Amino acid sequence: MRLAFKLAYKNLIGAGLRTWLNMIVLSISFIVIIWHKGLIDGWDNQARHDMIGWETGGGQYWQQNYDPYDPFTLADSHAAIPAALQVQIDSGNLVPILITQGTLYPSGRMQTVLIRGIDPGQHILKLPAHLLTSDSAQITALVGRKMAADNRIKTGDVITLRWRDVHGTFDAVDIKIAGIFDTNVPTVDMGQVWISLPLLQHMMMMPGEATLMVKKNDASGSVMVHGWKFKDKEVLLKTITEVIRMKSTGGFMIYGILMLLAMLAIFDTQVLSIFRRQKEIGTFVALGMTRGQVIGLFTLEGTMMSILAAILSAVYGIPLLALQAVKGLSIPGSSTDYGLAMADKIFPVYSAGLVAGTVAFILVTTTIVSYLPSRKIAKMKPTEALRGKLQ
Amino acid sequence: MITFIALSLSASVCAQLPDAKSIVQKVDDNMSASSRIFTSKMIIHNRRNTRTVESKTWSMGENKAYTEYLSPAREKGTKMLKLQDQLWIYSPETDRIIQISGHMLRQSVMGSDMSYEDMMEDPKLLNHYKVEIAGEESIAGRSCWIISLAAFTPDVTYERRKLWVDKERMVPVKEEMYAKSGILLKKTELSDFEKIQGRWYPKTILFKDMLKEGSGTEFVMEDIRFDVPIPDYIFSKASLKQ
Repeated sequence: MRLAFKLAYKNLIGAGLRTWLNMIVLSISFIVIIWHKGLIDGWDNQARHDMIGWETGGGQYWQQNYDPYDPFTLADSHAAIPAALQVQIDSGNLVPILITQGTLYPSGRMQTVLIRGIDPGQHILKLPAHLLTSDSAQITALVGRKMAADNRIKTGDVITLRWRDVHGTFDAVDIKIAGIFDTNVPTVDMGQVWISLPLLQHMMMMPGEATLMVKKNDASGSVMVHGWKFKDKEVLLKTITEVIRMKSTGGFMIYGILMLLAMLAIFDTQVLSIFRRQKEIGTFVALGMTRGQVIGLFTLEGTMMSILAAILSAVYGIPLLALQAVKGLSIPGSSTDYGLAMADKIFPVYSAGLVAGTVAFILVTTTIVSYLPSRKIAKMKPTEALRGKLQ
Repeated sequence: MITFIALSLSASVCAQLPDAKSIVQKVDDNMSASSRIFTSKMIIHNRRNTRTVESKTWSMGENKAYTEYLSPAREKGTKMLKLQDQLWIYSPETDRIIQISGHMLRQSVMGSDMSYEDMMEDPKLLNHYKVEIAGEESIAGRSCWIISLAAFTPDVTYERRKLWVDKERMVPVKEEMYAKSGILLKKTELSDFEKIQGRWYPKTILFKDMLKEGSGTEFVMEDIRFDVPIPDYIFSKASLKQ
């Protein structure tokens, strides 16, 4: 076995440029696969983390009519907070949110918005709700960075907000923008205006009512409450999970093309080796090696190519990938327009499992591709191989 | 003695004032008809440009209305049907009929200052508002009553309104609609009054969303015919696709 390794290594190094070319192509495959998967994992981590922090918390209780994908349901999606959930609100494990539709008039333009009422004292979501506390009679509001940029809103601006109360009667008031928050979660930013919950309840004539309640991330369990349905974290994160899975699946196409190129190169090399080294094969057999051992030797040469490629990848790939993990990859600002939680920069995450899995995958594939052309050796006649006759 | 004189004077002034309810009733009667057919131009003045949308409308009472848009080319063939408190729109581009409800009712009609819900409102003011005369004013040389309207039912779009009614013709010349907070939300100005089939009727209405920039939306009616028979099939969903 040791001899086989020695021979395989010498043959590979002896092949010179051909080996280097194969190794470079293979090593690029290593790096791109690990980088792409790391990027997807990094996005997944960041998106889940941000969505939990800004929107979903540890799960949500929805008023039974509430459907975030159907705005028609919003007018009927409010109810008094049940006593069983009020206990959790009082203990700081739940934050109620009331949602209604309204129209904002920034600089005389008309913008349909969702008005969200939240407790200014809450600490469950990252929203800087404390800014909603105001000593003056003026209603203060928060908007997200994207919403502010789209509508040219600045902190301190006074803007007219119009809405309809529970009976459908119009009301309007000038609100002051108390702050602009920066979030990667578009569903809490775009088209949303956040104001104090008690104020919104008063404006809507819905005292003590809410549309949904967000559970603290580390709070355990949920209770069954009539008229409310509980949505756990995984259900609320389903959309982003599915998008990431889809992106991940899409990545297989890139891996496929890269692997195809690398495997073609290895396959070609193997075919050429067997063709050019017939005398050598004949000599091995004449010296007493079985055909299986000779096939093993050639297969090992191919496999060793991927081991050397892995070492080469480590030499230039580790610094490159580590640099990207620290600096991150900038994402165009318009990405949030797709409605997905995406930071300005994505920081790839390379887990040990990801690296080991990729190496193993390439190793196995290379071994198979190296073995396939080597099977021809089994059919060779050693005497004719020794004479170098084409078979 | 002074109190007596003051009371007598005030009583005599009150006696001269007509009943606000009867004024509004006359306005309602004047403005409504059993049926109407008219072509109209909606001239929308935006911040940057002005565009005109032409349409033809058939209406029966207050609850049935059917509108077909004639121009511009982009809107041509779009049809709208209102039956009671429901509204459907047919778009020839998609060849589909959609029902407008919920938040979509708050969207503006063809980018104008009118929303679909403005079109859905019950125009019979006395059904929802307590009315009283708030004063008199001359508008465009016409002497008008100012009628103040305060909602007595909770489910109205505007809690307070102000209506300027021509004393002689008994038609509204101006209306202001207010939010509960007192902020002026919308204003309409009616002009180009013409006597059609024995009644004075405004041929131009200017709608203005007071919170939005722009000069508002002019609604110019042409070729109005009142109390003409309209076949029932016009007010059916099937006619939208015809």
